[in-house]
Amino acid sequence: MPRVTFTQHIARHIPCPTRDVDGRTVREALDAYFTAEPAVRGYVLDEQGVVRKHVVIFVDGNQTTDRTRLGDTVGEGSVIYVMQALSGG
Amino acid sequence: MSSRLFVATRKGLFRLDRKPSGWTIGEVSFLGDNVSMLLPDRRDGTLYAALALGHFGVKLRRSRDLGATWDELMTPAYPPLPEGAEPDKTPDGREWPQRVELLWSLEAGRDDQPGHLWCGTSPGGLFHSKDHGQSWELVRSLWDHPTRKGWFGGGYDWPGIHSICVNRGGVTVGISCGGLWHSTDEGATWEARTEGMYAEYMPPERRSDPSIQDPHRVVSCRAQPDALWTQHHNGLFRSKDGGKTWREVTSVKPSKFGFTIAVHPRDPETAWVVPAKKDEQRIPVDGKVVVARTRDGGASFTVLDKGLPQANAFDLTYRHGLDVDSTGDVLAFGTTTGSLWLSEDGGDSWQTLSNHLPPVYAVRFAEM
Repeated sequence: MPRVTFTQHIARHIPCPTRDVDGRTVREALDAYFTAEPAVRGYVLDEQGVVRKHVVIFVDGNQTTDRTRLGDTVGEGSVIYVMQALSGG
Repeated sequence: MSSRLFVATRKGLFRLDRKPSGWTIGEVSFLGDNVSMLLPDRRDGTLYAALALGHFGVKLRRSRDLGATWDELMTPAYPPLPEGAEPDKTPDGREWPQRVELLWSLEAGRDDQPGHLWCGTSPGGLFHSKDHGQSWELVRSLWDHPTRKGWFGGGYDWPGIHSICVNRGGVTVGISCGGLWHSTDEGATWEARTEGMYAEYMPPERRSDPSIQDPHRVVSCRAQPDALWTQHHNGLFRSKDGGKTWREVTSVKPSKFGFTIAVHPRDPETAWVVPAKKDEQRIPVDGKVVVARTRDGGASFTVLDKGLPQANAFDLTYRHGLDVDSTGDVLAFGTTTGSLWLSEDGGDSWQTLSNHLPPVYAVRFAEM
């Protein structure tokens, strides 16, 4: 199962524990995560489901390319890192 | 007399308490975070704070213990675009964001509507809550108004609703730059109320266009809500008929430019502004921080400077940076350079509460 993990920067505002979830794309994995931790969704995605401007997502160390549909694929052992972009200050 | 003052800043929310020794910081919330607005709801003692987190978006928090602890509330949000729908575009082709970028105004509903709240946002949506902020609904009638796509940003990239006046006569909202709108039916329909205002920053043929006026801040007298004052981009205006007609007030000094304005809670003839050098510089005139006060409806103004710096000062007060308490005697204003001044004699003299705060966005007295 892919693992979703967050920068501690978000944890200053809301608990977001690391979780192993089902999913074959970033969207599926994050949707599964947000089902378990619904309050985290609004910190990562805006109300249209798009990655917030100053949030970046990495899969196994590579920055994802699809910020709108979150279609980047993830493997069984992948680690999805959700982090703050330094562009956000 | 108010004994509490809340100050929303770029790096946190500060509560100042009035004690025998003077005004001191009693509580700091959200230290390090951008607090764009706050509302002390005098109807039930609840405190609301709007955050604009640099990475993680806008948030809304609520406290029932004067800021000691906070709950997270549902944040106003634009509904999803229908499947296949194209985003709205500005006249010059830019896609209008369908997401809240800033909670810029937050006001309580009428006294006979407990739990009702109104929230103005950038990019221009007005939201209404009927359950103490637990849920919010976009006021579609204003968002879908045919003029809205022609509004444009003033102070920010996108237009924003910065002023909301709620009373028995209805709801009035001020938008930079989208004019002034009034609803008598709980937001079902809206009419423009800018007659008498003018926009020097537009081509001559659009000078009086209601939908592009830039009222920097709109306030109403609590005791006489038809008495409105506006610090507009192009000067100071007042209305005695709920905004139906406006008259420019030209006697204000040392300048007619500024962002903020406050009106006395019982006397609609008394108002205060913090003038600045227009428009290209936005600093105090001649490096002197002053407040201008009228007690005769704008026929004349007194420049108040006792206790304020009179040389080499570069403080600017934003739209929500000035407030007056329910007695009309206590005022405070904060600035972009972190100064905070307070008067307990209607502005005749000022005391410095701090010169070292983060940039100040909003100050509000609390009767709680």
